Parts: sequence; C-alpha cells; structure tokens
Amino acid sequence: MAKSRAFDVRRQTGFVPIALLCFLVLYLPIILLVVYSFNAGQSIAIWEGFSWQWYVKAWQNEKVQDATILSLIIATSASVIATSAAVMAALATTRTRGFRGYTFVFALINQPLMIPEIVTAVALLIFFAMIKVATGYTGLMYLIIAHSAFCIPFAYMPIRARLQGMDLNLEQAGADLYGTPWRVFRRVTLPQLWPGVLAGSMLAFVISLDDVVITEFVKSAGQDTLPTYMLGQMRRVISPEVNAISTALLAISVALVIAFYLLSKGGPQKNRE
Amino acid sequence: MIEISGLSKTFGSGANAFTALDDINVEIRQNEFFTLLGPSGCGKTTLLRSIAGFVDPTSGSLTIEGQDVLPLPPYARPVNTVFQNYALFPHMTVAQNIGFGLEMQDRPKAEIKQVVGEMLELVQMTPMADRMTSQISGGQQQRVALARALAPRPKVLLLDEPLSALDFKLRKEMQIELKRLQSETGITFVFVTHDQEEALTMSDRIAVMSTGRILQIGGPKDIYDHPAERFVADFIGDTNFLDATLQSVDGEVATVTLPSGKSVAARAVQGGNQSGAVTLAVRPEHATLTKESGLLDGVLQNIVYFGTDTHYHVTLDAGSAFVVRKQNQPNAGERFEVGEKVGISFDAGVGQVLRD
Amino acid sequence: MAQASDTQATRRRWLLLSPALLILLFAASGPLLIVVIYSFLTPGDYGGVIWKFSTDAWFNVVVERDFFDDTLSFSDAHLSIFWRSVKLSLMTTLVAFIVGFPTAYFIATRPKDKRDIWMLLIMIPFWTNLLIRTFAVMEIIRNEGVVNSLLIGLGIIDQPIQMLFTEFAITLGMFYVYLPLMVLPIYAAMERFDFSLVEAAYDLYASRWRVLRRVIFPIVKPGVIAGSILVFVPSLGAYVTPRVLGGGKQLMLGNLIELQFGQGRNWPLGAALSITLLAIVMIALIIYVRAAGREEMSHG
Repeated sequence: MAKSRAFDVRRQTGFVPIALLCFLVLYLPIILLVVYSFNAGQSIAIWEGFSWQWYVKAWQNEKVQDATILSLIIATSASVIATSAAVMAALATTRTRGFRGYTFVFALINQPLMIPEIVTAVALLIFFAMIKVATGYTGLMYLIIAHSAFCIPFAYMPIRARLQGMDLNLEQAGADLYGTPWRVFRRVTLPQLWPGVLAGSMLAFVISLDDVVITEFVKSAGQDTLPTYMLGQMRRVISPEVNAISTALLAISVALVIAFYLLSKGGPQKNRE
Repeated sequence: MIEISGLSKTFGSGANAFTALDDINVEIRQNEFFTLLGPSGCGKTTLLRSIAGFVDPTSGSLTIEGQDVLPLPPYARPVNTVFQNYALFPHMTVAQNIGFGLEMQDRPKAEIKQVVGEMLELVQMTPMADRMTSQISGGQQQRVALARALAPRPKVLLLDEPLSALDFKLRKEMQIELKRLQSETGITFVFVTHDQEEALTMSDRIAVMSTGRILQIGGPKDIYDHPAERFVADFIGDTNFLDATLQSVDGEVATVTLPSGKSVAARAVQGGNQSGAVTLAVRPEHATLTKESGLLDGVLQNIVYFGTDTHYHVTLDAGSAFVVRKQNQPNAGERFEVGEKVGISFDAGVGQVLRD
Repeated sequence: MAQASDTQATRRRWLLLSPALLILLFAASGPLLIVVIYSFLTPGDYGGVIWKFSTDAWFNVVVERDFFDDTLSFSDAHLSIFWRSVKLSLMTTLVAFIVGFPTAYFIATRPKDKRDIWMLLIMIPFWTNLLIRTFAVMEIIRNEGVVNSLLIGLGIIDQPIQMLFTEFAITLGMFYVYLPLMVLPIYAAMERFDFSLVEAAYDLYASRWRVLRRVIFPIVKPGVIAGSILVFVPSLGAYVTPRVLGGGKQLMLGNLIELQFGQGRNWPLGAALSITLLAIVMIALIIYVRAAGREEMSHG
C-alpha cells in the first residue's frame, strides 16, 4: 500500500534535470564543432557529407604549419622550465614548518591564478617593449618566459600534492643508508614524485598551448601561435578550417587531461597499499 | 500507541536481496521506555528509521495512535529522532538548534522562545544557549540533541544509539538522565542499542532482535531470567547451556533429565517441544558450587577472580563446560582448589528450557 | 649546532625557490609595478609614453575633456563599458550559480565511485582551449548557426535572430567558459556535507525547500562564495569572449584596455584602466577572504 513512496532525503526538485541539462550544454557546442569539422560543405548547420578536406587544407596552410611549430616550441619549453622550477619550489615549501616569507612565496606562486590575465598581459607588453627597445632582441624568449611564469602554479599544484602524500620515512631511510642528499633525491624522492612531475608538466603544456591573451600582447610581428592565428581568423568570414584546427587542439588537450586524471587518481595512495 | 504488524523490508532485489526486517509485529505502549536490542546488522536501526520515515517498508503496516503513518514523509510524522552522531546543525547556536523544529512548524516567535528556554532548563544547558554547537563537549551536544528532539513535543521520541559516542562515566550519567527526561516529559521513548546492560537498566520493555526478526519481547527481568531462545540467552549476560531430555511439561513447569542422569524442575517455554532433547539454560550466578556431589559433577579447571565475584570454570563429567559465579564475601566460606572434584547445584525452576 | 643547521636549511630553501620566484618576479609580478608608473606618464604620439608626470590618465578613466572648450564631463563611453562589465559579470555569476549549484549537488549525491567521473566531465571542457569553446558558442548562435537554422527549419521564425555580437552572446559565452569554476568549489564543499543533518531537518518538520535554504545552503555557502568569485573575477577581466562574441561592438573592460594599446595609442590610460580592474578584483578577493574567514570563525 505504502509502496514506491520511498522518501529520498537527497532529492531536491528539479536538480537532476538541471544537472543533466548542464552537461548537455557543456558538451553540445564542442560536439557540434567537432562534427562540422568533418563536413564536406562550408555550412556549420547543414550536413553535406563526410570529408577530411578542411584538415587537409589546414595542414597545407603554411601559416598554420608555422603557428603549430611555434606553439609546440613554446609549450614544450615553458612546460620544462615551469616544471623544473615548480619541483624545486615544491621541495622547498612542502613538508616543512611555516617559515618567514611563506605567505609572500605562496602569493607570488599563485599570483597568475588571481590577477586578471589582461592586466598581466598589459604589464608584460609594457615591460618587454622597454627591453626590446633597450636590447634590440625580439626573439622567442619573451613568449617562453611569459608562458613559463603563468604555467608555474599549474605545474606546482600536482607536484606539491604528490609530495605531501609521500612517506618521509623513505627518504630518511635513504639518508640512513649513506645516501647523500642529491643521491637520495635522485634515487628515492624523484622516482616517487615522478607521476606528480609528469602530471604537472602536462598541465603546464596544456595551459601554455591554450593561451591567447598574454601571447597576443607579448608576441612580436610574425610570432603567431595557433590560438592567436585562430583569433585573427575569427575576425573575418570563418572557414571550417578553423573547426579542423580546433578539433585537433581539443583532441590534444582532452588526451592530456584524461592522462592527468588517471595519473593523479592512481597517485600517492597506490604506494601505500 | 505504535502498532507494527507484518512489517518487512528487503533491500535490493534478486540474488543481492537482503532482508533487513522480517515480519515484525510489536505494539509499543503509551509512555513506555521501549528498547530495541540486538547486535549490529540485526535490523534494529532499520526498524527505527521505518518509524521515523527514512525507510520505506516493503510490506506491513505501521500506525501511531491509530493513524497510518507509512504514506507520510518524515516531516509529517509526529516523531522526532536523536541521531547517533547527534546531527546538530553546525551553523546554528544551541538555542537555534533547539528551536529549529518549532520554527519549521511555524509556531509563534514568543512560543518558540519560551519552549527553547524550558528545554534548555530541562537539559541543564541554559548557560550555553548562545554557543555554537562545535564549541561544546560531546556530553553537552548529546543534551542539545535531546532537547532539540523533545522541543516540538513529539508523540514518540526515537533514539538511535545516542550514548555510543560517550565515554563510560558520561554514559552512566546520561542513562539516568534519559530515564528522568522520559518520566518528566511522559513521551514514549523508542531506544536502539547493542549494549545489553544499557537495555536492562533503562527499559520498561525490551525487544531482542536478530537477523531482521524480533526473538523475544519482555521486561528486563523477564528477558534476563527467562530467555526463550538460545540467541537471547547468549546475547544477554552469560549463560551455561546444558543438553537435557524433557520428561514432562505441566503448564510453566518442565521436568528435565540432566546429562548426569539426575532430574530437576525447570521453567517451560511457550510453544516449545513437549518431550525429547532440549537445551537448558542456567545463569552462572544461579548455580552453587559444592564439595560434595550435586545435580552435576565435574572437575574444577580454573578460578578467575573479578573483585566483586569469582568465576569457577568446571569441566562436567559429561565433557561440556560449566561456569559458576559466586559473589565474594569478606569471610569466604569454603575454599576450592583447581583439580578438585566438585558438585554443581541449582534450585528447581531456575533453569530455563529454550525453544530450539 | 641546531642554529647552524637552521641557517643551512633556510639557505637551501631559498636556493630551491629562487628559479620560480625569479621567473614570476620577472614575468608576472614585477611588471605590474611598471604599469603603475606608466599610468602617471604622458602618452606618446605613436604609442608608448613620454617620461613626463601626468595624472591625465587617471582622470580619463571616468572623465573626459571636451576637445574644443576644455570642459570636463563624465565619460559616458567609459562608464557604460564599466557598467556593462560589472552587469554582464554579475549576470554570468548568477546564471552560473543557478545551473552550477544543482549540478554540484547532483554530482555530490552520486555514488562515491562515480563522482570522480562526473567531475572529470565538468573539468574536461575547462582544460580545453577557452578560445575554442568561445568559438563553439559562436558557431551555434550565428545567424547561419544550428539554433537559427533549427528555428527557421521548424517554421518558428523566418528571419534569423541576431544573437551574435550582443550582450546576450557575451553573457552566454562567459557562462559557458567559466561554469566549471562555479561547480568545482561548490562540489568540494558539498562532498564533505553530512546528509544526516538533512535527515535531522526533515525529522524536525522542515520541507524540502526549507532543508535546502536553512541547512544545506548555509553550510556549503563558503563554496558558493568561492565559486562566485572564481566566475566573477575572470568575467570582469574577460578579453577573448567579448572580443569574439561581442564583435567589437559590445566592449568590456578588457577590450577597452586593449584598445588603448592599439588604435587608442594611449598607454597611460590603458595602464590606469588595468590598475582599476586590478583594484576591483582585489576588493572582490578581500570580500571573499573576509567572508570565508568569518565563516571559519563561526564554525570554530
């Protein structure tokens, strides 16, 4: 008689439909973008058959080639620099009692997350313009350093998290067995820290690869990355070529994010078992 | 007051189905301190949550003062719960917590204020009224949880192992406190616990539960002295089990033959066998140890001193073990030595025949 | 002895920190000071600055000098852009909350082993390129896009609705790209939420709505505040989304700043506007820290 009236304390009217709608809204535009990158026609609403033509066109576009190479160079360099700096910073700030200047260090490391990107971009534009005038150097280093800076907090977070979950005893055991600090680090700490380092460097790579605002302001003439090239394209009539480039970039990001997820999921707990 | 009949609850279905409640029939009386006692997983909490409205029974009926409450959501039932972990609202003060139920019933502000004041008084928490619940001790949180559940004057107060988080001394205090509150407020208490001592000291009646069924309902003395089943006898207090043969049953009196061949009168069990092999339960403190031969004979294996009393472990000639508990006196009478041949005796009517 | 090793540890710590700190000081924090200096200089004719002290840039943030008779008046153009930035950011935050709160609640009430997967589904779009996601929204709401094609195809309208290059488009875009930032902290707060409190509230005669408003919401409020700040701050400084979806017609603060370094050739004004934006963001952050701190205090 009183059946099927089970009272669910967690239920709230309308929440499930809103949540499912939310996921739909999040993915529908991306899915459509991907689908129409394979459209044989120009349209972004009418399906005219499957074709690779926009990928071929993008691949053959010299500007796209240049931008791709530049994006990869910058993202790789920034990721390596940011990750190295982040590992050292994490070693210095984790598993230690609070020290003088900790708040300052913490604020500095996380600053790129708090300050609007446009403000940092303007600041770098002004600062690098001064240096460019003073030195005459207009190379890639400006972009690499700028990217390294805003990638540091993203590389720092997973490394720090990993380090906090690590067993301090192992290092003490290493030191006890006559390991010098450097050898203990290389033979004991680093192998354990590795998943965190990998995760951090992947995040840094993705963040660098996706950046638009700071790159747009810092770049010298002819230094277009893929995102700034695409931003330029969006001013005029857009060809599905942009869809093709977007899809390729999306694929890289999604693959790296899922890898990051798996890495951090199987993280520190795994060792404890 | 609360009438429960044929109540069952099955979680899951198919091969994974788990029967948490199996044909529960019980009537809880007005003004009663009623305890559901059993080991974890016996279904006592599921039964309590069925009354509160958080579990929807698969079949059966449940009425409170004649009203069918099964169709009602928890917030429409005239019962309140004291939760195991108290579940006090961390963002509210002690007074706000106590007034919450009244506020949700849209009672006038003046009335809420007055009742909250009374409740604070009742649980002796008046000086703490404006503290946050995280700023008071475990025992105080317990009192607030009680006051919060009592404030709306429910017809029934449900208590889900409310004392289990407290330390021993505080638990003893709160047991007395709970009894006092129940008699002062006149509200029916339904109390869930796995602690037999707690159940015996506080309850008017106890329902002993195991694997989703109620095995026996009765007053504390009734349950302790006359357990109907082996599980009840074993779960509450210590018991010796003897294999015996039932000779005859005459009303409440059964005559049994013990393994030693001697016969003794014992208490019969309702609905039990009329003859044949039965199990006889004898409490250790109901038996006496003698130097000469008794109802049962054996060899003293071990003597364990407990301060208030001493336990004598005997191996009977029939091979099974038997424990006799003797209260310690300033000048103990007979002294026993390990290895000695001893006799065990108990009075007629002390042994309880169990339903197998 | 102990002191010597302490000093050594301190030296080692700062040595390890130095690469990160140097990079950040050089390419993130340090240049901010130069922006402050630039905001007090005179604009050069072809961009850049002339090293002459001037407070004009700061006046020009909200005031403009008439070209002919030098009278001062409030700069309608700037004020309307400020107003639009704040308005659209608040709208974005509100909509993100309305959608994000139930979503976070939904995820937090899934079985434990499924929650990570749902959260991954929220985070994947967040870690993909913001420009691409903005572009995806653009494609959908364009006159030739799916929405208009569908509506015309169904015969509901016969002319495409102009959605692109409107304030609606910008709000939609910012909502779309920043939504995960709302869900994440609310979920974090909700996951720790003890649902026995909800049982207690229902037991004490609270309706579903009152349980939500009086018990769940107050307890996860720090997460809601964090989410709101995380959405509001980047919305206020948004540059890409209003540029792509506003099409240069509906400027926001970020675009106004960029304009001063491009066509406007007024670097000091751009610098002053940047500092203004930064100040608003800092105020928002301070409000957040205060609110979070108070929450902590009261929960002691």
